[in-house]
Parts: sequence; C-alpha cells; structure tokens
Amino acid sequence: MSSQIHSRTKPKTPVQPPQGPDGEKKPEEMTPKNKTSRLDSLTANRKPSWTWVAAAAGSIVVAAIVTALLFESFSIVGFVLIAGLLYIVSMYVTSRVLENRLKATDEFWRHLIWTAFIIALVPLISVIWSVVSQGLPTLLANPGLLTTDMKGVVGADDIATQTEGAPLQGGILHGLIGTVAITVLASVISIPVGLFASIYLVEYANRNAFSRAIRFFVDVMTGIPSIVAGLFAFAGLSLLIELVVGTSPQALQSVKTGFAAALALSVLMIPVVVRSTEEMLEVVSDELREASYALGVRKWRTIMKVVLPTAMSGIASGVTLAIARVTGETAPILVTAGYAATTNWNPFSEWMTALPVFIYRQLVNPTAPAAGDPSMARAWAGALVLIVIVMGLNLAARVIAKNFAPKTGK
Amino acid sequence: MTTTSPRTKTPARNTTSAVGDKVFKGMSWTGGVIILVVLAFVALFLLTRSLPAIAPDTFGPGADQAIDFWGYVWPLMAGTVIVSAIALLLATPVAMGVSLFISHYAPRRFANTIGYVIDLLAAIPSVVYGAWGMLVIAPLMVPIYQWLHDNLGFIPLFAGDPSTTGRTILTSGVVLAVMVLPIMTALCREIFLQVPHLQEEAALGLGATRWEMIKMTVFPFARAGIISSIMLALGRALGETMAVTMVLSPGGFSWSLITSGANATIPSEIALNFPEAFGQRQAELIAAGLMLFVITLIVNVIARAIVNSHAKKAEGLS
Amino acid sequence: MKFSRFYRSAAIASVAALALAACSSDDAADENAGGDSGDQASAEVSGNLIGGGASSQEAAMTAWAAGVTEVHPDLTVNYDPVGSGSGREGFIAGQYTFAGSDSAMDAEEQEQACGSGSPFHVPSYISPVAVAFNLEGVDSLNMKPDTIAKVFAGEITSWDDAEIAEQNEGVELPATGITVVHRSDDSGTTENFTDYLNGAAGDAWTWEAADAWPEELTGESAQQTSGVVSLTTDTDGAITYADASQIGGLSTVAVGVGEDYVEYSAEAAASAVETAEEDPESEGARILDRSTEEEGVYPIVMISYHIFCDTYDNEEMVNQVKAFGNYVISEDGQIAAEDSAGSAPISETIREEATQRLDAITVAG
Repeated sequence: MSSQIHSRTKPKTPVQPPQGPDGEKKPEEMTPKNKTSRLDSLTANRKPSWTWVAAAAGSIVVAAIVTALLFESFSIVGFVLIAGLLYIVSMYVTSRVLENRLKATDEFWRHLIWTAFIIALVPLISVIWSVVSQGLPTLLANPGLLTTDMKGVVGADDIATQTEGAPLQGGILHGLIGTVAITVLASVISIPVGLFASIYLVEYANRNAFSRAIRFFVDVMTGIPSIVAGLFAFAGLSLLIELVVGTSPQALQSVKTGFAAALALSVLMIPVVVRSTEEMLEVVSDELREASYALGVRKWRTIMKVVLPTAMSGIASGVTLAIARVTGETAPILVTAGYAATTNWNPFSEWMTALPVFIYRQLVNPTAPAAGDPSMARAWAGALVLIVIVMGLNLAARVIAKNFAPKTGK
Repeated sequence: MTTTSPRTKTPARNTTSAVGDKVFKGMSWTGGVIILVVLAFVALFLLTRSLPAIAPDTFGPGADQAIDFWGYVWPLMAGTVIVSAIALLLATPVAMGVSLFISHYAPRRFANTIGYVIDLLAAIPSVVYGAWGMLVIAPLMVPIYQWLHDNLGFIPLFAGDPSTTGRTILTSGVVLAVMVLPIMTALCREIFLQVPHLQEEAALGLGATRWEMIKMTVFPFARAGIISSIMLALGRALGETMAVTMVLSPGGFSWSLITSGANATIPSEIALNFPEAFGQRQAELIAAGLMLFVITLIVNVIARAIVNSHAKKAEGLS
Repeated sequence: MKFSRFYRSAAIASVAALALAACSSDDAADENAGGDSGDQASAEVSGNLIGGGASSQEAAMTAWAAGVTEVHPDLTVNYDPVGSGSGREGFIAGQYTFAGSDSAMDAEEQEQACGSGSPFHVPSYISPVAVAFNLEGVDSLNMKPDTIAKVFAGEITSWDDAEIAEQNEGVELPATGITVVHRSDDSGTTENFTDYLNGAAGDAWTWEAADAWPEELTGESAQQTSGVVSLTTDTDGAITYADASQIGGLSTVAVGVGEDYVEYSAEAAASAVETAEEDPESEGARILDRSTEEEGVYPIVMISYHIFCDTYDNEEMVNQVKAFGNYVISEDGQIAAEDSAGSAPISETIREEATQRLDAITVAG
C-alpha cells in the first residue's frame, strides 16, 4: 500500500499539496488491506506496551555477550553499537510480526531518527564537557583573566604559578576585544553584501547568466582555504597602501590591523551567508509574495516586509553559522592582524590579537615552555569565553529574528 | 537552491514611486557584483602566486630546480577528498536524522532548545575540536582500528599496520563529521520547518504514517535545501585546517584509512608548512590551495547538475 | 648591491675592523645610541618595533618584549610568530623591522633584503634539542649517533635491540616496540636534528638536512613541539626530538660524543655554539660541527637568529633596533630568556661580536 502512495505522489511538485480526489480514494484502499493483516482481534494490531523494555534488555544482554566474544578487550563503543543495532532490529521484527509492515517501517525510522539524535549528542556533549570542565574552574578561580591582558607576562611568572602556586598572571582581555571587534567588523561587511546578493539571486535575477555566475562562484568561494583568504587580504591591502601611501616602513607596517583581518574573514563569511540566505528565501512560498503584490505593495516593500520576515529565523541561523565559521579561525587572523600582548581597542590601527589565535598559540607554544599548565588553563578558559561570545551573538541574532518573524503555527 | 518553483514575475506597476524599487534592486545587484569582484581577485591572486610552481619553466626557477608539482599535489588532493567523503558519509545520515527529530519528532519545547544547542556547536572553534579529537577520539579509535584490521584486513581500506595512536585519516574524518554536523543540521532543520503544513496535514489526513508523510512531503520539498546544506558542510570539510592538522599524522597517499603517517589534506599541508616556507615552496603551497579551489569547483558543478536535473524532472511532471 | 657584496666580503675578512670603520663614518647620535645597555639612549628610544618569524623564539620573545621595557620604558616590541620563512619574507618586503629565523638567510634572500644595505644575523636564541623518549622503567639511555640514526630511520625497531643494550649495560630494557614521533610541520628543529644525524652519522642517515622529515620515513607525527611531546608522553615506547625546554617529564638520551656520552645542558649547548665556525655566506651566522669530539659539547643545538639590516631608513628605527638588539644579547636579556623559555645563554665572544655589528647600524643614505 505504501508503494501505491508513493507512485501516486512522486510526480507532485513540492508546493502542491496532495489533491482532494486522491484523498478520497485512499481510505477505501486502506481498509481491506488492513483488515487482512488484522485477522485475529482488535488488540492484535498493537504490540504490548512493555515490548520496548523487553527488547532493550535483550539487546543489552546479547550485545554484552557478542562484544565480549568479538573484541579481545571489552569495548564500550562496540557494545553500544551492537546493543543499539539489536534493539532497533528486534523492535522492527516485533512490530512486523505483531502489527503491520507500515507501522513497522514507521517505527523503524522513528528509532533510526532517535538514534541519529543520540549519536549526534554523544560527541557534542563530549566536546562541550571538555571545554566547560577545563575552562570553568580556571575562570571561577581567576575572574581577573577577563579584565587583564598579557602585557608584561613572561614565562618566569608561569613557572612561579606552576611550581610555587603563585596566582595565575595575565588574561584574555586583549583576545576578547580583538575577537569581538574583528567579528563585528567582518559581520558588518559580509552580512549586507551576502543578504543583498541573495535577494538579488532569488527575487530579481530570474536565472540570468549573471545570477548563475554568482551562484557558481559563491559555491567555489566556500572552498577557499582560510590561510589563502588571509594572505589574499594582506596582499591586497599591502598593494593598496603601497599605491596610495607609499613604501615607507611606517606605511608597510600599518597594513596589519583588525580591519585587515575582518576583510579576510569576510571572504570566508560571505559564501556562507549567501548560501544559507538564498535557501531560506527560496522556500518562502510564492503565495505570500503574490498576496502582497495583489494588495499593491511595491516589490521592495514586499521583500522587506513579507519575504525577509518570513525567512528571518532561517536567515538568523545562517548568519550565526557564518559567524561561527570565522570566529574559530586562527591562521588568517595571524597573518593579517598580527599578535599583540596588549589590548587594542582600535581595529583600524596597530596589531590586534583574536581569541582563537591566542588560544592556539598558548596551546602550541606556551608562554613558559617548561611550565605549560598556566598557558593551558588560559587557553581553555579562552575557549569557553569564545563559545559564550558566539552564544551571545547567536542569541542576539535570534532575538532580532523573533522580532521580525511573523507568528507561525509551528 | 535553484529549484523549487519559478520565481514570480514582478507585477506591472505604476511608475510614480519606483525609486525605492530601483534603489533596492541596485543594492542587491551591487551585492552580487562585489562577490564576483572579490572572487575574481582571489582567483587572480592564487593564480599569480602559484604560477611558479605550476609552470616552473616559464614563471619559476626552471624545471630542474622545481619539484614535480603534480606528483606532489595529487596525493594531497586525494587525501582531501577522502577525508571529506568520510566526514560527509558519516555526518549526512545523522544530520538528516537530527533535523527530522527536531522538526518532526521531538516535543516542541524540547526541540527549540536542541536547535539552539546544535547551533552553538557550530560555534566551537576548530582548535577545540582539534584538541578534543587528539585527546579523546584518537585513543578511542585504536581498538576499533585493531579490530577492523584483524577482521576486515583483506579490504585495502583496512590493510596496513593499524595505528597505535589513532592519528589517522579515518579519525580526522570522524572529527570533521562532528564538526560539520551542526552546519548541516542547522540548515536542514530550518528547511524542514518551512514545509507547508497543508501538505503535511493532507498526507497525515490520508492515513499516511509519520514516516510516509515525511517521505511524501518533507523530502521532495527540501531536496534542494538538503543538497545545499551538504555542499556547505563539504566546503567546511574540504577547507578545514586546524582540526585535521592537529589530529592527523600526515604522510604520502595510501588506501589504508587506519595507518598513521598516511595521507594528508591540502589545508593542513598549507598550515603545517607555510610558516617555514619561502619562495618556491610558498608557490607550491599556494598552488596546492588553487587545487583545493578546483576540487570545490568540480564538486559544486556536479551538485548543481544533480539539483537542476531533479528540478527539471519535478517541473516537467507537475 | 655591489656595495653590499663588498660589505659582506669585508665582514668575513675582519668583523672588528669593519665595525670600527663603520663607526667612524657614523654621526655622533649613533655612537651615543650604542653601548651595552643603552642607558644614555633610553630616553630617546620610543615607539613600536615590529618583528616577526620563528615561533621557536616565541616564549623568549615574550620575555624580551617585557624585559626591554625596563630599560626603555617607551619601546614596545611586537613579534609575529608566523614562522621563519614568513618572517624572512616579511623582513625582505619591509613589513618587519627585524626577523626571527631558525636558519640563516641564503645568498638570494640576502641580496633582496635591506635595500642598499645588507642583513646580518645575531644568534640570540640557543636551545639544545633533546632526544626524548617514554619507556616505562627507564630514565636515561646512552646512544651513539649511529644508533640514534638507526632508531629514527626505523632500522632498530625494539628497545631491547642488541645495539642499544650494548651501550647501556646494567639497564633493563623491555621488549617494547619503538614508535618514532616526528614533527608534522616544517620546522627549524627538524632541520637541526636531521643536520645532526647527517653530519654525525652519515652512514646510517643518508637524508640531507631539511626542515621537513624525510618522506620515506613518515610515521607518527604531531604538530609543533608541544604536539610531539604530548604524543610521546602518551605513548609507551615512543621516542622523539624536541626543544629541551619543553620536554616536561620525558626521559632523555645522553648523546655519544667521541668516547663519552653527553647529557643536554645549557652549558654544553652554549659551548657547541662557541666552537662553531662562522658561516662564510651569511654574516653573523654559525655552522655547527655536528661530528665534534670535543669534551662536554652537546652537538644537537638549534640556533635561532635575529636578522637585522645594517642600515635603516630613519633614526627612530635605528635607535629601536639598537636598543632591542643590545638588550636581547645583554646578560639581563639572556637571563630573562633562560628563566622564561629555558634557552641557553650566549657566550661572551658571541655577545661582543654581535654588539659590534649592532652598534654599526646606520641611517641609510
């Protein structure tokens, strides 16, 4: 029966809901078939509510035995995999035997989807746990980390911290300011460009050659290695400054700024913004646009007041992704913004350290090579703060989106 | 992306106050132009910087002084493709499942929270994923590699000495899968939520089970979006530098996925070697970057072709 | 360019004489700005000195940048740990006033650098490279260069190999397999270590010195010194080479020199640099004698240079460079680096020679 449904619905286009006449036919087909599968009684088409407990218990026992036999040393991963697999299969078989094929399939997919969810959660929780468990204690014990930079902090201080228990010196303020400044600047450049470009693609272009070119090259842009983006921004700005200001050492050394880093990050951000926004605008149903036009609303007003708000939640998600894509970058920021130990509030002059650069450098090259723990502590605390910053930006994006978005039933 | 339905033509309108429209259209157009210009410059930059490596006779120090570039770069290209393929193969089904879970299975309130948490995971810097992969995942994989080698060693993928540290291309693929998961999930979830309710309710009303409803309404509606999300994830996987760099013990090309010191990816090769590179070596590395560009281009062309052929089929039949 | 060639060859002939000659042509301000710690000049030196290059110096540079402000409160030193190659490139292009580099500039680079002037090297940062291992129950091992080469080339694969046992009587060696861990990124440390193997054990190690590990030998590897150290610490039976200051709790190999075995130490490393020859191609650089048989010399040493120009565009930069360069090689500067980064202090001879070169820096034109 399910195959009948499929063959009938396959040709339909996404925007067309199933038609009435089909709907009327369907229940008629359904009843006789279902009757054949429910031969015994009314209760026979439902499996007992405790089935899953039994299946789970059985799966765990069998999986434990199998794992012990298969692997020389008992492997947790193997055990969980086998247990999960057995559980899903046994539930499918039970349902297939006690109920019907449709329900069994439905059940099967429901389990798979739950499994996918659990599989996804395990590593994600593990990552978050690593960061929180290693970053939070440091932050709580040294709240000063947030308000100091690394000016004047040398390896000898870290050695004292590690061996004599002296308080942890230095902090991440410079990285914090740097990351916020660079990220905000990069967003200010790339979000409007990306938004307008995708509006052009979806609302104006009508699939002309120009729009096809943009689409194509946006795809290609997603493949730019981040270091190349950094080198590109640096080379471009250097050239510009050489042409405009001259080749004096002062001019050449003024290329590296937070702004240069923001430009480099924009090259990485724009394709993500375009790609996700375009997708979100595409799925806004044409009926909405038509309704707006029918009321005599101008096209740009329609886009601003109808299309964008409808797609806003998705756009916010996409923008968050774009920001997230670049907040973790290290290499392009190092080659464009340098590496300073002091806090710099001005992204348009002098070097600026971004938090990920600081984290990375603290991890690979501790301030005191012989006593890496304090550097490690700063790095993990920095990672935690970085996540909190992005969380804040994400939250802001969502609040904005919520204020714009129309109320929906979902 | 390109598919769903033909765009509505702008309705005819009186021209009295079309200034707003013109300005808006102009701004949108400018956005597109900026992208093309930037990309043209990036391409130009890459090309001019990599010419000494690609054509050493004409632009570089002469063939005798340069390495065989293609011999150098193909294992890197292969490694990049392999690791991205592993990541996508692992992440796509899980991401689809999680997105469906959030959009159609989880309780409403719960779903919002999960969606939010998953978005956040996209925000974890790759350095952290790298450190996590190195410290947590790699040791976990060692017994699995041993087992794969003992039992499936006849397959070339699992041949060779299984790594004793877990720093292999497969581990990198797993870490990348975790990294791209939030990206795919975030986009797919939003698309799945946009499926018109009428369609879904109609399907359920016809007696379809939930899974059938998803197959009938959600997937056709979201196909373009799903591919788009996969492409975004692929872009991230192909270009990911730091996580792979930290997790993988690189080496020359090998079919084996479970040996250390085999395979490498272009971005990590650049990241590892660029700092100490000078002159011709820099040109080689940037040329490798150009090759990554080419890979992305080819993959995207294929993806676009798939989407377009589906779109045509769908339109033709409706 | 002709001038710079002449200058360089003259430098090889007699550094001291040249420095004197250069001094005599200096204007009074420059002589004033020189001096050991630059006390008289401290008031004049201010601004932002920008350099970049080797990340091996990062920890020491942090200490120097902080320490120099004690002598010259208005001088800020910014250092970009982008790597030696990028550092030299930025120096040539004029983006960095000085470069940090794990290897000396070659002739071509020297020609491009510094406009009409020419660059010179100051061996500011000396760090012994330890051969470190993680083997349960074994704290120290003796190995001759040949043995080290065979271990890293994969010819000796087990810790209880007869060759190792022979050199370590009385040490109980387990039958654990040897896991060689090398740097996955190109690095000055790798270049120094392979140079040592090639120089001291040419029979067993046929690869040329290079900043990348030989491709035929790829095995376990990790990024940066911290990476190889943590991987070695986590793997029983692993052996690696790393900056001695960063090896943490790992055991080390006493390296065979002549008939003796020498443990790494700051003094042993410094004496290796002391006895090294001058590099005829690059002013101020050193060529280490890897196969030395001199007593108490630890031959696996990495020298990281600061590269300066002998002329700069303006007075301000000249003063900055002199102030910083002199601080770094001063006793205070070397002690600061030793305390923070665990490097080996430079010897008096090197200090004198470098001071002469630094004091000879003039304003271009």
